[in-house]
Amino acid sequence: MNAELQELYRYRELLYMITYRDIKVRYKQSVMGFFWAILMPILIVVSGIVVRYAYSMVAHTPLRTGDIASVAIKSVPWAFIVSSIRFTCFSLTGNRDLVVKIYFPKEIFPMAAVLACLFDFCVAFVALVIFLAIIKIGVSIYLLWVPVLLATMVLFCVGIGLIVSAASLFFRDVKYIVEVFLTFGIFFTPVFYDISMFGDRGKWLLLNPVAPLLDGLSKCIAHHEAPDVHWYLYSLTFSLAAFLGGFFLFKHLEPAFAESI
Amino acid sequence: MSDVALRMEHIYKKFRKGEVYNSLRDLIPAVTGKMFRSQELDTGDRREFWALQDISFEVKRGEALGIIGRNGAGKSTALKILSRIMRPTKGCMVVNGRLSALIEVTAGFHPDLTGMENIFLHGTILGMTKREIQSKLDQIIAFSGIEEFIDTPVKRYSSGMYARLGFSVAAHIDPEVLVVDEVLSVGDFVFQQRCLDRIRSIIQGGTSVLFVSHNLKSVTEICQRTMMLEHGKVVAIDNSDVVIRKYLSAAPTLNTPGESKAVYITKVSVRDRNGEQSTFESGQRAWVDVEVTAREAVDKLAVVIWFTDEMQYTIFHTSTERLGFAPFSLQPGGSYRCTFELGLNMAHGTFHLVTEIYRYDIQKSYDRSDPVTSIFIGSTTAVGGAVNCFPRLVDSETVAPSTQSCQV
Repeated sequence: MNAELQELYRYRELLYMITYRDIKVRYKQSVMGFFWAILMPILIVVSGIVVRYAYSMVAHTPLRTGDIASVAIKSVPWAFIVSSIRFTCFSLTGNRDLVVKIYFPKEIFPMAAVLACLFDFCVAFVALVIFLAIIKIGVSIYLLWVPVLLATMVLFCVGIGLIVSAASLFFRDVKYIVEVFLTFGIFFTPVFYDISMFGDRGKWLLLNPVAPLLDGLSKCIAHHEAPDVHWYLYSLTFSLAAFLGGFFLFKHLEPAFAESI
Repeated sequence: MSDVALRMEHIYKKFRKGEVYNSLRDLIPAVTGKMFRSQELDTGDRREFWALQDISFEVKRGEALGIIGRNGAGKSTALKILSRIMRPTKGCMVVNGRLSALIEVTAGFHPDLTGMENIFLHGTILGMTKREIQSKLDQIIAFSGIEEFIDTPVKRYSSGMYARLGFSVAAHIDPEVLVVDEVLSVGDFVFQQRCLDRIRSIIQGGTSVLFVSHNLKSVTEICQRTMMLEHGKVVAIDNSDVVIRKYLSAAPTLNTPGESKAVYITKVSVRDRNGEQSTFESGQRAWVDVEVTAREAVDKLAVVIWFTDEMQYTIFHTSTERLGFAPFSLQPGGSYRCTFELGLNMAHGTFHLVTEIYRYDIQKSYDRSDPVTSIFIGSTTAVGGAVNCFPRLVDSETVAPSTQSCQV
């Protein structure tokens, strides 16, 4: 495993080049350019606000700016998770020629897919910060949690991406299964709602490893409080396991890629 | 450091053919089905097939080894194992230093990026660092000869420009071991020559080269030694001339006589003074024996022979009728023999001899063997191209530039 990580490090420029290619191509092909990066987050944020408005109508409570901020803060990372897993799914099969013909560590493809989506996320995040400033969400010391939570999220996406990309190379129906999970995942993840709305049963939803991360982001940005450290550690453990397990599985299967794709 | 650049020891590669589960929908029923069935239906061995068996060879530093063999002989599999894209089933190999491959030189290109961006992308894919590419950028662009279009997206390139740029990047890697697979089939004649020159200069720089090609002429030009593969096994590894002779003599013989043919070719052979032969020196004399047999009565026949070059282009043809022999007729069961004497004034290369039974007045072809025999013409370094015109330099003079200045 160590040797493989060293090899990956040797090929870091390639990771950068493939990421650059993916970003460049995506922005070149679309007339709208950077607007793409914020289109999906905007759609999710707006639909989240609509859902939250419906909640407040039913519960006869006013819709507070904190709630809107919370929805926006959770939607943008969720869009990142969805798009990065979707792109990793095609990252190997979409680069068939390179997988079959040239040797280099192939985990670069799913990793570059996640990094390209991270670039989109950064663009959307800037838009989010502007939005939060407009609705006057202040700053606090808890913002220091944000990079930690985001890094864990990237680790999670890379781990899942490694597994999904290799699996979809061997089984062509994996992409449909992944798509179904990504579509319905939003209902099992606290994006439009808060964990607290479920009372004691909320902890079952936190078993979803993405949930503590999104909940944590919402807590430390919108509500100026620390995330639940225990649940964060649960997510971190899960993400690390996904990354290490995914990497190991990927490397184990890699020699068979060329003949199976 | 040892002087062995690359060594393969007893490499085996097995492929599975037939049913492969490439979707979960197929796999899950198959696995659960297997659990409930007993193992009586274990036909696994029959579905396997060995693409490579017991391949062993080594290449020294600065040496070029050719690999020839018919389609499906295992050449590409061997190269994929060498370049670590596939893992061998058994056996081990040693590569000393960086290995790079000139296989599909444009695989790393993205159509939407410009030529310049693709140089960097493709270069890093092939294992160069950014700094290395930067330092060789001018050379790469100059070699490709497309300076003007370097900032144009490569999707607007012609296929020749595409291939040229790809080769230029790949040819500037400076590896310790270079694997070349049929890249010379791209580009025009001039560019192909430039590629060959580049490969030659890479070899002179001390790089070991593995050269796979169907073009026997380039193999002999590049490689001192050649390995011949057949059905995944090494059948010969020796000096290029020896191996190529063996390769040509193992060419498939005449088809079994078709039942429908009224008259068919039963024998074609090429010989020199000493007997059957497939390698000749340019300018040597050769004799072609043709024998045909009739199943039914046929009239007014002629035997036509011609040579094609590697591009299937006819470079010479003649027939019994053109040479002044009257058309012949055959009774059922009867046969006809003729011998052509030829002066092989071709330049260095491989040529295929095709024979046909033809009736001129109704323009009907009765039988054709295509190709019957291939012959290899040995090199004289003085000539290139298809024909040897036996040149001689009879005069040469250098004229100094005139010192007169122009009056305006």
